[in-house]
Amino acid sequence: MTGRAAVLGALGALLLIAACDQRMIKQDKDIVWGESKLFEDGKVVQAPPPGTVARGELAYEATLGERPAMSAALLARGQERFDIFCSPCHSRLGDGEGMIVQRGMPHPPSFHSQRLREAPDEHFLQVIANGYGAMYSYASRVPPTDRWAIVAYIRALQLSQNVEVAALPADARERLEGAGR
Amino acid sequence: MIAAAASVVGLLVVGGGVVRSDYMTRQDVVREQPVPFSHQHHVAGLGLDCRYCHTSVEESATAGFPPTHTCMTCHSQIWTDAPLLEPVRKSLATGTPLRWTWVNKLPQFVYFNHSIHVAKGVGCVTCHGRVDTMPLMRRAQPLLMQWCLDCHRNPAPNLRPREAVFDMTWTPPADAEAFGKTLVERYHIDVGNLTHCYICHR
Ligand code: HEC
Ligand code: HEC
Ligand code: HEC
Ligand code: HEC
Ligand code: HEC
Ligand code: HEC
Repeated sequence: MTGRAAVLGALGALLLIAACDQRMIKQDKDIVWGESKLFEDGKVVQAPPPGTVARGELAYEATLGERPAMSAALLARGQERFDIFCSPCHSRLGDGEGMIVQRGMPHPPSFHSQRLREAPDEHFLQVIANGYGAMYSYASRVPPTDRWAIVAYIRALQLSQNVEVAALPADARERLEGAGR
Repeated sequence: MIAAAASVVGLLVVGGGVVRSDYMTRQDVVREQPVPFSHQHHVAGLGLDCRYCHTSVEESATAGFPPTHTCMTCHSQIWTDAPLLEPVRKSLATGTPLRWTWVNKLPQFVYFNHSIHVAKGVGCVTCHGRVDTMPLMRRAQPLLMQWCLDCHRNPAPNLRPREAVFDMTWTPPADAEAFGKTLVERYHIDVGNLTHCYICHR
């Protein structure tokens, strides 16, 4: 008798434990990065129909037309974004010797060439948005305001590698000359 | 009867243990992926920043999985014949996304948000472990409610400066405790309210 009760009790307990997993873990809703039963291709995040313009998109694109004022904050943002998205190939210096290039990526031109020093800002904005030759577009990962920040930082990099000694502040000049050039 | 009751209690205890075991929480279990992607290789080896691939992590609730386009920014040029990368090339050609297995997954009755944790100085490594040493992704933490609460009760020891959130090897300064407290103040963290049920169940 106790034997059977124990078995029954055990079975009951097993049912209880099984019930423990009937939680609301999986709900009948679509979540980002999940799988959709609603759409044939299974994607939860559907591409907008061609030709649609999202609210705010025009204003967003318009920021590309106007160069923001140069500031320390803009440069700092530019440096951060450049190091994330550009330095793997272009290197932190912008000379094109990045880690991925050392592993076989085609060599991008150095930002310190005469041609790219003289290239207008628009050229850099274009390359980030649309890619260039072997380089893919970064439009989806670098929004318009960040594109300007990166361009500002590239300008600073270019200046850093191409400046007359006489244009340096006094203390920097002293250090340079002290280093025995 | 006593035996029955005892066995019920026993099984419940065992059951409770099972629910919280590594087996059930899938902690440290490597899952099958469409491509054997290595964080060790791409993060530690190549020095890539998390945001190169998990771009949305600073602004949105999810960190997200990189689209095939992101892999192809490099793999259209390097390792172009590697059989391991065949699914990536096929995905680009057919426009069908790769189906990565979600390794860290909360039940759907829990609300989680990455951006707030990033903004308030909780490092990726605190919740995901040393991703840069993982040839294949595995879950580093149990993701149980208790684990979330342990930090929400007292976040100070787990905070770091915002700039160090993506850094896998950052270590706190010598007076870690005082440092944590200054960060709680600097980031205006509202400690008393973080354990309310509605924070995570909304
Ligand atoms: C995965 C590697 C890679 C990354 C990352 C990358 N680039 Fe490039 N980039 C290249 C390569 C390769 C070229 C040369 C392309 C060619 O000539 O076919 C190039 C060329 C360029 C050029 C020169 C265009 C010209 O007129 O010659 C600019 C400017 C540029 N990249 C800017 C950027 C910026 C800004 C970023 C970051 C948002 C970036 N790149 C990220 C690989 C990369
Ligand atoms: C080159 C692109 C790339 C970079 C850089 C990268 N990841 Fe990932 N990450 C992926 C891909 C692809 C997956 C999905 C496959 C997998 O789980 O390995 C992933 C998955 C993850 C997951 C598991 C997601 C899940 O399924 O729950 C975590 C956590 C993660 N990455 C954290 C990081 C952190 C932290 C960094 C920076 C230190 C980083 N990743 C850098 C591409 C990248
Ligand atoms: C910024 C450039 C870059 C990006 C982006 C990138 N990879 Fe790689 N990947 C590399 C390089 C470089 C190697 C080869 C490393 C070497 O030469 O040692 C590599 C190697 C690999 C390998 C070979 C196996 C291994 O790990 O040794 C696989 C598989 C792979 N990558 C998958 C991916 C996937 C999937 C993505 C997209 C989520 C991706 N990679 C994104 C640069 C990149
Ligand atoms: C406070 C803990 C915590 C921190 C900090 C954290 N994550 Fe997560 N991460 C999680 C949890 C929990 C999930 C599962 C989310 C879900 O199921 O909705 C997750 C999921 C992910 C995923 C899978 C896809 C997704 O968006 O759900 C990726 C990729 C990821 N994290 C990357 C990162 C990166 C990169 C960082 C650092 C910037 C980071 N995480 C910081 C807890 C954290
Ligand atoms: C290592 C510490 C840590 C862990 C682990 C952690 N959190 Fe947090 N969480 C924080 C901090 C710090 C904040 C920011 C609080 C603030 O803004 O005042 C936060 C905020 C949040 C918020 C937003 C609160 C609000 O005000 O709306 C949610 C939601 C949240 N966490 C959910 C979770 C969940 C779910 C988990 C477990 C899967 C988790 N957290 C694990 C530290 C942590
Ligand atoms: C910091 C985030 C957080 C807070 C605050 C929180 N929870 Fe949870 N809760 C979770 C997570 C994550 C899970 C899923 C993992 C698990 O089951 O432990 C969960 C699971 C649960 C479950 C299901 C447990 C099970 O085993 O199925 C219940 C019930 C629950 N929570 C109730 C509450 C109540 C009541 C409160 C307020 C007193 C609360 N939670 C506050 C994060 C939180």
